[in-house]
Amino acid sequence: MIWDNAFAISIIPMLLKGLWVTVQLTLLGTLIAAVLGLIAAVIRRLQVPVLSHIVTFMVIFVRGTPLLIQAYVAFFVLPIYGISFNAFTTGVVIIGINYSAYMAEVYRSGIQGVPTGQWEAATALSLPAARTWFRVILPQAVRTVIPMLGNYLIQMFKDSAVLSAITVVELMATAQSIGTSTYRYLEPLTMAGALFFLVSYPASRLVNKLERRYAPKQ
Amino acid sequence: MHPSNDSGLPGGPRTDRITGLPTGSAPIVDGGPIVAFDNVSKNWGDNQVLKALNFNVNPGEKVSIIGPSGSGKTTILRILMTLESPTEGQVHVDGDVLWDVKRGDKIRETKVMRNTRRKIGMVFQGFNLFPHMTALENIIEAPVHVLGMNKADARERGAELLKMVGLGAHMNHTPPQMSGGQQQRVAIARALAMRPKVLLFDEPTSALDPELIGEVLNVIRNLANSTDMTMLMVTHEMRFAEEISDRVVMFDQGQVVESGPPEQIFKNPQEERTRAFLQAVLKH
Repeated sequence: MIWDNAFAISIIPMLLKGLWVTVQLTLLGTLIAAVLGLIAAVIRRLQVPVLSHIVTFMVIFVRGTPLLIQAYVAFFVLPIYGISFNAFTTGVVIIGINYSAYMAEVYRSGIQGVPTGQWEAATALSLPAARTWFRVILPQAVRTVIPMLGNYLIQMFKDSAVLSAITVVELMATAQSIGTSTYRYLEPLTMAGALFFLVSYPASRLVNKLERRYAPKQ
Repeated sequence: MHPSNDSGLPGGPRTDRITGLPTGSAPIVDGGPIVAFDNVSKNWGDNQVLKALNFNVNPGEKVSIIGPSGSGKTTILRILMTLESPTEGQVHVDGDVLWDVKRGDKIRETKVMRNTRRKIGMVFQGFNLFPHMTALENIIEAPVHVLGMNKADARERGAELLKMVGLGAHMNHTPPQMSGGQQQRVAIARALAMRPKVLLFDEPTSALDPELIGEVLNVIRNLANSTDMTMLMVTHEMRFAEEISDRVVMFDQGQVVESGPPEQIFKNPQEERTRAFLQAVLKH
């Protein structure tokens, strides 16, 4: 098979459309993961009876099973029980939940990294618990883990290709479908890979920069 | 110089310039102690840090606690600030119960404890300023969100306090932009902003470079001389303790070894352990 330039150029608009879906998946998925992960980390840290155990189990469970199976179950099995959403929504929620389990660990390390003295100062000033969390602890904890969260965002960007398996028409699925309908896989798959790289490489450079900027002081 | 027994202190109904508290008018009738430890023990596993400690501080008294490291000095302050719980015993502050623990009790934070705790402020060895907030934000955080002060008033008072500790020009600096001495002065201002009745100092100069110790001691000295706030300080600065304290308490192995006016402790200690300790630390 020889690279066909004209064909390659002709499929760029379709691939870019797929890329845009991938970007949306990633951003929304990261948003869900960042919020759920934070909630999970705080619940575990507070050792809320029962709830902490449930959260801990969820984290272990989600991390211990493949994303692909989670996506399949959500898209093909849950509708049997009347829980059904379109492919994109299912994809965003599943990848968001999946990554929240990893991000919970990241936040946990961030929270642990806040010196005990900060908690003690908050106690000495009688700050209410919510104020202590939102104004004192989390701003410091989250700051130090921003680069790690950034790395997960990049990983999710690439991982989201898995969601092509549940018919989300993102970049990978677009490339595949071009392949099936034209019997030419070389150009669409190569270019899809290139597009993934063109986004993820600068993004990881940016994360490196953030790492230096948010490196813990002292 | 205040007496070292439990008698109260004289004082008119004027208001203190710095703390804003009425001076010399402790709420307990006629001079009960403002801080009272009754039979307080603290164990860390097999290690008994405090041994059935009985220890009182009178309103307005400036007390320095000295003694070898690991003797439990800091634990006294940490129990008062509710950063640690006693294993057993009672602690009263300003007539209210802070701790009432029987051996084996499960420790819970109570409302009474939270309310009583507000009467106490603490200055830490490591400053513990919030590094992501400016000096002024550090100071107004608790007055606004705990005392419910309005923000403009809190800022005004915060600015006054910063001027008082010589940092009027550093209001908008964050802790990483300041020296250790400056940070500790902000921390003192932050504690004062809550108008505590009892202010605790936990080795306030131990983490400082030698050339920065003086500026912090000056601030504490001014406070000691100009307020009727009760001050309780754990320190290794013996000369400073001698200078500003009404009473010095020598502490060792979880117990008060000797307690008395600074002249007694430093010039004429009654106990062998006090003598040995002072000899060891003053030699350098």
